[in-house]
Amino acid sequence: MYNFDFEKPSTIADAVSAMAAEEAQALGGGQTLIPTLKQRLASPSKLVSLSGIAEMKGVCEADGGISVGGATTHATVAAEAGAYPALAALASNIGDPAVRNRGTIGGSLANNDPAACYPSAALASGATIETNSREIAADDYFQGMFTTALEEGEIITNVRFPIPEAASYQKFEQPASRFAMVGVFVAKYVDGVRVAVTGASEDGVFRWTEAEEALSGNFSADAVEGLSVSGDGMISDLHGSGDYRAHLVKVLTKRAVAAAS
Amino acid sequence: MANITMTVNGKSVSGEVEGRTLLVDFLRTDLRLTGTHVGCDTSQCGACTVHVDGIAVKSCTMLAAEADGADVSTIEGQANADGSLSAIQAAFQEHHGLQCGFCTPGMVMAAADLLKKNAKPTEAEVRHHLEGNICRCTGYHNIVKAIMAASGQDVSQLAAE
Repeated sequence: MYNFDFEKPSTIADAVSAMAAEEAQALGGGQTLIPTLKQRLASPSKLVSLSGIAEMKGVCEADGGISVGGATTHATVAAEAGAYPALAALASNIGDPAVRNRGTIGGSLANNDPAACYPSAALASGATIETNSREIAADDYFQGMFTTALEEGEIITNVRFPIPEAASYQKFEQPASRFAMVGVFVAKYVDGVRVAVTGASEDGVFRWTEAEEALSGNFSADAVEGLSVSGDGMISDLHGSGDYRAHLVKVLTKRAVAAAS
Repeated sequence: MANITMTVNGKSVSGEVEGRTLLVDFLRTDLRLTGTHVGCDTSQCGACTVHVDGIAVKSCTMLAAEADGADVSTIEGQANADGSLSAIQAAFQEHHGLQCGFCTPGMVMAAADLLKKNAKPTEAEVRHHLEGNICRCTGYHNIVKAIMAASGQDVSQLAAE
């Protein structure tokens, strides 16, 4: 790793001030960023740890939804998001136990890895991403692989999820890394069904709108049987071809619907 | 450079670290606690697992400065006060839960983390909990058996010897 300064503020306001330094970078749980630094793929001047900010930690229920602080670990979401069981289940299967003890929801959403689990939950739930300066709808937030609406120095302080009537996340794990080869989050709300897919597309997480329309009329696995997903624009690598991933999108959508209903 | 202070295995320790110093390097190089191993250095193998404020973390993927003020436990702190092996360590010995031994410190720390939260885990729960700990000797059967035994469960019917 290249060397950097380290700062660990205890309030959001102090973190925002610290982030004003040139080439400063926020540090969530570091489960992606530290390996990235080891590869010398990034060279921040300063890391601003968000792990000491009490106001950014924890899960609470409010207004028919749940609110998760940006510095909340996956393990805490798994343990405390019982009001949204599909979200808790997703968090309980990210990486491995030690990774879940450090990794945070804000870190995952800010990084927007194309194979991360959380982006699918946020997009399928129509979550609201709160930062130190504004609120961003999930539909506007994800802008492609490793790309988000966040500005320089902006920090995810909180994420609000409306709780659906039924939901499930189904992941086909890449067995070595446990990242999603493909993951599908299906969430059924009063006003319709949302289906978000991670791991598959070269553009990162996306909504499978044809399936959403079919499932909004008939919430059963059979409803997507006649649909097909193109392998164009899907990730092809040594773990699987684009066509294979496209196939998995449909398989996992059906499994998610079956598990949710 | 920054001064950090933490409690490691019950003793207060201090040191001067760079921002980039990893917790595992502080433990191994500064404190000479070399029981914590670096296997992959890519957050996958779990040989570097230690407890920070009571939870298991991969010390190769946490900055030493992040542990400033924390209570850290390593494999060196697992034995009983009289120097005898802890129940988990004794079970690893009894059930041959190690071959080359490289992954063992991380396995023991992961097991201690599990049994603290789940006193009587099922075999499936043990295996799920060990997903982040890799044994290159592929000795998982006896590791799982040792952890089940350490939890006080009858392991005579488990397949591996």
